[in-house]
Amino acid sequence: MGSGRRILSDFKVFSRGYLRNKFGLFFGLIFPVILILIFGAIFSGNSSSTIDIYTQNQDTGPFESPQLDIASQFLQALNSSSTIRVITVETSNFTNYLAEHSSSDGIIIPANFSANYLAASPINITVYGNPTSSTNGIIVGTVSAVSNLFNLQRFNGEAVIGFTQSTIGFENPQYVDLLIPGLIGFSILVSPMFSLVNISSEYKKNKLFKQLSLTPITKMEWLASKILWYIVLTLASFLLMVAVGVVVFGAHVNLTLGLLPFLIIGPTLFASLGMLVGTVTKNPETAGVIGNIVTFPMMFLAGTFFPISIMPDYLQNIAHVLPLFYIVEGLNNVMVYGNITGALIDIAIVSVITVIIFAAAVKLFKWRED
Amino acid sequence: MKPIEVKNLQKTYGDLKAVDGISFVVNEGEVFGLLGPNGAGKTTTIEILEGLRERDGGEVKVLGCDPWKDGYSLHKKIGVIPQEFTFFEKTSPREAIVYYADLFNIKVDPDQILRDVLLEDSAKTLFDNLSGGQKQKTGLALSLVNSPDMLFLDEPTTGLDPNARRAIWEVIRSLKAKGKTIILTTHYLDEAEQLSDRVAIMNHGHIVAMGTTDEIISQHGSGERLEINGEEKLAEYIKANTELQVNYDTAKCVISIPLNKKIDALAALAAAEQSGLDWGEIQTRRDSLDDVFINLVSGEVDEQGEIVSEDAESQLSRKRRR
Ligand SMILES: Nc1ncnc2c1ncn2[C@@H]1O[C@H](COP(=O)(O)OP(=O)(O)OP(=O)(O)O)[C@@H](O)[C@H]1O
Ligand SMILES: [Mg+2]
Repeated sequence: MGSGRRILSDFKVFSRGYLRNKFGLFFGLIFPVILILIFGAIFSGNSSSTIDIYTQNQDTGPFESPQLDIASQFLQALNSSSTIRVITVETSNFTNYLAEHSSSDGIIIPANFSANYLAASPINITVYGNPTSSTNGIIVGTVSAVSNLFNLQRFNGEAVIGFTQSTIGFENPQYVDLLIPGLIGFSILVSPMFSLVNISSEYKKNKLFKQLSLTPITKMEWLASKILWYIVLTLASFLLMVAVGVVVFGAHVNLTLGLLPFLIIGPTLFASLGMLVGTVTKNPETAGVIGNIVTFPMMFLAGTFFPISIMPDYLQNIAHVLPLFYIVEGLNNVMVYGNITGALIDIAIVSVITVIIFAAAVKLFKWRED
Repeated sequence: MKPIEVKNLQKTYGDLKAVDGISFVVNEGEVFGLLGPNGAGKTTTIEILEGLRERDGGEVKVLGCDPWKDGYSLHKKIGVIPQEFTFFEKTSPREAIVYYADLFNIKVDPDQILRDVLLEDSAKTLFDNLSGGQKQKTGLALSLVNSPDMLFLDEPTTGLDPNARRAIWEVIRSLKAKGKTIILTTHYLDEAEQLSDRVAIMNHGHIVAMGTTDEIISQHGSGERLEINGEEKLAEYIKANTELQVNYDTAKCVISIPLNKKIDALAALAAAEQSGLDWGEIQTRRDSLDDVFINLVSGEVDEQGEIVSEDAESQLSRKRRR
């Protein structure tokens, strides 16, 4: 009974103090919204998904009729793939031209392209590209697909295997839909974690914990009140992010109850983890450094800004030991795939980690000095 | 049973014996002053009594409990101002008082407490923006919320202006009048003299003097003396014509006569009048607590914690070394 009352009165004082601090508010509420706006803008719209590619057309005809201008037809076909956009250029030195325009990607359509095609003698298109760049694979793939199509047509063949594109979960997912779970995961991590690292080390230094130990509030009650506040803050920032996603980018979001466990247990986990870091370190400076070391890998490798499937295997293995990974995966399972079994496994893993971290934080954190 | 009983208390930090086997008791309703230079071990001692630090050795009983083991229940009965009190940055004194009252689950009139410590004008200022003295007063206000029987005040008036200091003295006096037991540390000897029933002077983790200020002065200081401004001839005349011991300070032209009995002063003055020589101002003086304090803490401490009194020579050479 008393416990709940003390948690509430501490909650009242702490939240009031938090709301009076513009810096905390920025990080808790505004920053995640800015992230949604930035990433939403980057990944939405069509132009950003097509790759501009410089092309030199050295074809020498015949140009008597459009049917005979195979090179132009070929470039048109590339354009209509919607993954790349051809920009034809006139230059005597193509590689120099690419360098001057800071581009590593380019296509040369050789002389006699149309003539050789009509005569069915071999043609060699040159594709410039940097194999380490992510655009290269897309260009090579597109060029070879269009080439295959033209090869087939030359001998009056017809494609046997076709496909239609479909998606899991939503009818018609937007990039922003896939972004939202990761960015929510990010805000679940960052605000509670950084705040608690800071608060716990500063309170220790300023002897505020000693001061509190002179009152009837207990360590556990104090931490519970902080966790409660960060749950409230997470829910608020969640709603704000979703609202911005929907209003600005027309995102589709399923507001199901399945999200709640993640929005509650997530902040609990990271507030406790922040507390733990602040507790086991000697001073606020060390706490800050250790806090960053713990937080940064999670910020980027847990599937927050991009899916972990694009990362090399060893990074994927690292991702699997990061607690945030299971939160982001769980949010994706709930929000995008509707995979309830998967989400239940994720929440189970997160809960176990949370119980351990919370217990360790409460156990190791000292009000007093010995 | 006394409210505070300390026997052979010890606390070490690495090689440093911050508190080196001190013993004392504090009586019910008493203001007990703890004096000593920086690093003497006052805060360490007081925080051990408050149950905020664990001791390494010795016995401590505060209101009958072991402050470290029974801290949680002890804290409901005591009030504390820690040295360099700080609080949540974005919370006002009034909110802080309400918060404490909620935690203790008691009803208080926050405005009355604020008035008691002369803080009503800054009741709504955030802690961040309070002056040093106002912060200190907030600490005092919070220590009063649970109406404690016993208060620990670690340098409650450091950094306060003279008015604010006197205001806090008044609060302390009124608390004493209500029968509360108060342990006070301070660097202001006048404060200790004004407020304390008894004081202990600490140095290097030892108690080097303890008792009422009068007791300490008479034990460790010179007794009362008569001082007469005059020439050396007068000093010699008095010496020749009375039984008294007469010292002369040639630098200040002050004749100094220790008074074993007050009546000795009359004999000395009669002799001075008889001499027909000129003499100036007269006064009786005794060592103040300041004089005794400086003497006590500038001396070295031997293994037993006893002051080894220094002769003038070695004091001088020590000053030169600095
Ligand atoms: N937590 C600690 N760790 C290491 N040394 C400490 C610690 N606390 C105090 N000390 C040392 O113990 C000695 C006594 O410190 P203490 O704070 O008790 O002195 P004090 O009498 O209160 O001094 P002041 O008048 O400056 O407040 C000092 O030398 C101090 O450096
Ligand atoms: Mg101190």
